[in-house]
Amino acid sequence: MSVSDYIPVIGLEIHSELLTKSKVFCTCSAEFGGEKNTRCCPVCSGLPGTLPIINQTAVEYAIKAGYALGCEISKFSVWDRKNYFYPDLPKAYQISELYYPICLEGAVPIEYEENGEKKTKTIRINHIHLEEDAGKLVHDDLNGVSLCDYNRCGVPLVEIVTEPDMRSPEEARTLVETIALLLQYAGVSDCKMEEGSIRADVNISLMPKGATEFGTRAEIKNVNSLKSIYRTIEYEIKRQAQILDRGGKVIQETRRFDANKGETKSMRTKEDAHDYKYFPDPDILQVNLRDEDLERIKASLPEMPKERTAKYIGMGIPEKEAKIIVSDKLISDFFEDTLKAYNNPKSLVNFINGEIMRRINLGEIDMTAPAFDAVNVAKLVEMSDTEKVSKNDAKEIFREMAEKGGNPEEIAKNRGMLIVTDTSKVLEVIESVIAANEKAVNQYKSGDVKVFGFLMGQCSKSLRGAATPKVIKEELEKKLASL
Amino acid sequence: MVELTITELRKKLDSKEISAAELTQAYLDRIDAVDGKLESYITVTPEKALAAAEKAQKSIDEGNATPLCGIPMAIKDNICTEGVLTTASSRMLENFIPPYNATVMEKLDNAGAVTLGKVSMDEFAMGGSTQTSYFKKTKNPFDLSRVPGGSSGGSAAAVGADLCAAALGSDTGGSIRQPAAFCGVTGLKPTYGRVSRYGLIAFASSLDQIGPVARSAEDCALILNTIAGYDFHDGTVSKLPVPDFTEKIGMDMKGIKIGVVSDFFAEGVDDEVRQSVLSAIDSYKAMGAEIIECSMPSLKYAIAAYYLISSAEASSNLARYDGIKYGHRADVAGSYSDLIVASRSEGFGDEVKRRILLGNYALSSGYYDAYYGKAMGLKQKIREEYAHIFEKCDLIITPTAPTVAYGTNENIDDPKKMYQADFCTVTVNIASLPAISTPCGYNKDGMPIGMSVVGKMWDESLVIGAADAFEKNFARQGAKL
Repeated sequence: MSVSDYIPVIGLEIHSELLTKSKVFCTCSAEFGGEKNTRCCPVCSGLPGTLPIINQTAVEYAIKAGYALGCEISKFSVWDRKNYFYPDLPKAYQISELYYPICLEGAVPIEYEENGEKKTKTIRINHIHLEEDAGKLVHDDLNGVSLCDYNRCGVPLVEIVTEPDMRSPEEARTLVETIALLLQYAGVSDCKMEEGSIRADVNISLMPKGATEFGTRAEIKNVNSLKSIYRTIEYEIKRQAQILDRGGKVIQETRRFDANKGETKSMRTKEDAHDYKYFPDPDILQVNLRDEDLERIKASLPEMPKERTAKYIGMGIPEKEAKIIVSDKLISDFFEDTLKAYNNPKSLVNFINGEIMRRINLGEIDMTAPAFDAVNVAKLVEMSDTEKVSKNDAKEIFREMAEKGGNPEEIAKNRGMLIVTDTSKVLEVIESVIAANEKAVNQYKSGDVKVFGFLMGQCSKSLRGAATPKVIKEELEKKLASL
Repeated sequence: MVELTITELRKKLDSKEISAAELTQAYLDRIDAVDGKLESYITVTPEKALAAAEKAQKSIDEGNATPLCGIPMAIKDNICTEGVLTTASSRMLENFIPPYNATVMEKLDNAGAVTLGKVSMDEFAMGGSTQTSYFKKTKNPFDLSRVPGGSSGGSAAAVGADLCAAALGSDTGGSIRQPAAFCGVTGLKPTYGRVSRYGLIAFASSLDQIGPVARSAEDCALILNTIAGYDFHDGTVSKLPVPDFTEKIGMDMKGIKIGVVSDFFAEGVDDEVRQSVLSAIDSYKAMGAEIIECSMPSLKYAIAAYYLISSAEASSNLARYDGIKYGHRADVAGSYSDLIVASRSEGFGDEVKRRILLGNYALSSGYYDAYYGKAMGLKQKIREEYAHIFEKCDLIITPTAPTVAYGTNENIDDPKKMYQADFCTVTVNIASLPAISTPCGYNKDGMPIGMSVVGKMWDESLVIGAADAFEKNFARQGAKL
């Protein structure tokens, strides 16, 4: 048999840090980074005698994440301790929710292309639970020591556990991408892979085509980029297919992905799996939510991608363009801001999906901190639409704005790109062009209208900055007709 | 004057008969003179104490003295004190100096109380004899060959031997009440959630509660007034309004319904203890209280439930001690696991290890339902039985311990026998109830006997009032040390 004779069965556990200002059980800053061990206190560093206090915002964010992923919210959730020894876990237990998680079943629709074909599917969510992140170990090989940084200890995380509904690496990648986008729109996570604010454990098994029973799965821990998720699954499909082809058995085990080698490696088998000895944390009261709390939180959920896409289509933006805009929350938010300054969605989308995207892809623009602002971009697009600048000059002006910011009117003025229509000058130029091109004029008069472009070009050349092409065209046509 | 109650000392301080510094010095002198034999203090902090006394004197002079202002107290060594060694009597924390104060310490400091030092206990509060302490195996002030009880043995012995005016202890399964009974003093375990546990080194989080050990029920009320109440740092503290716990001092016992649960007087309770507590109940009857016979069928399972729940929680609470960030670190080079195994093997004593093993076993996958799950079921049953009794009673009176203080070399090697001795006290923690132990007699050897007055949740005032009513008619004997 070959790889294509097996169906991969994939489930994900997606961990995403929440964007709360403070940590989930103390008042320390939950922001990424910082000098080592400056964002920790007796509580999150697990000193004897300290106790956790729930950050209500973290609970609300987890609920918002649940709504964003179509989950049912549990009115009753219980904190459990997950006990294990590791130096980045100062209490030697992680506070999590095993038995009564905050969000129950949900569903996330995904759309992707396979062999040029557009496909849609719905991936079921088993549950979402809230938990605390662990610290980080810094290994100093030179001095042969490992040091702990507790800044990340206690940063709130949601773990989104899917059903084993995915059947290809593309589906898995698309799901993570989709969930990241939904969480961004819900305003609960920035989902920055590079800062570890979203990462996934991949569960994968193979079954022969036609089979109904899943095979034995391997779990690949802590895969931290979309690309790695894709490659991990690709690699595992090959690895497991080879084992099965030889008549072997896949071992239930935990593996890790080595991004440099593009391989997964065994960490531990089922036999030496941890017994986490979960039990309800006696330090924290269970969470009881009232209907009015849930209604308030649901109502506070911002506009989600689906609603935005529909709104844009309603504005007359083609579906494809609308989806491109919505697929990046920073871009979409930027577009919303430009709309407030210039209500011409189509031209704004053309400019954003064209010129701005192009420069983003070239790496010239960082949308998290652009040099330009929405109001000035809106002004620039409006100037181009009203032919105060030419289309080409608009791009040139934007190049400067992308680099240094600034007001497009001033840039156009300073660089002599502003078009101020002077009708007497237009007529003067038309007169002289007609006088100098008698042969072309006669050709036109005899019905060869193609030559109009040439005459138009001659006029434009001399009229740069003094008239819009529209005015030149009108005046030239008028003049030629009168001859 | 070191033998006086807080109420009596208050008068002397406010009338300027003595200064706060003189009072503090008197206790420090007595610690110097006596504690070599008693071994109650692990750490004495004379400079800090005298500085606090000076500060308290200012408040007294300005007429701003609160009830505890200038009162010298001892603190159990599992309550975190900023900048002062806090060991929980364990080698594991031989070098642990907390960078923060427990909430109760903040409250005592704000009230102007003077901390004399930190007193011994059973290691991590696990035990009933204070003989599992790595540092000071405290003796009983009535008889130095006997134990002071535990785990708050240092607190009770220091109060009993007049080495402080009062003390803080903690009670997980009787750890305030039983040593108070053994040392002939009064000890109060408040309702779970009445006092913040923030800064109390956890043993069993769902059962632990800080409370006072003092010379009278009224003194306990004054201390509870100071330490009780909502705390941002502890989510399990109640937001209920805190009453003045002295409100029922001097109350009339007429018409108060006292439950006598026969199961607490059954086999295993020493005859002299039984007689003493029953005669105390008679004196309540004489004061006009109504005595109601009750039963608690689940009491026979209480010890099993208590040791499963408390050990399970302890196994998790004590997992953080790896010797890496603070505490005892073994001198081994090797892997992370080599290091923590060695540090924990050296740092913990046998009793602590026994409970960690028991707790881990009870929580293990495959055993959880049979042990932890069943214990949680029993917890529910015990709570229901108490609720049933309190439908018809206001209070319950039981012996605090089945015996008087035993010899320092007894019971230590028989954990099962030692655990069984807790059967009078543990259900109160399981049911989150308030209870006070106060002396009700002395046996033929002159050793104190304690009775416990147990109340409904949040009804400390009545528990204190009833204990006070008895104390007013009881000739308390001091330890002759």
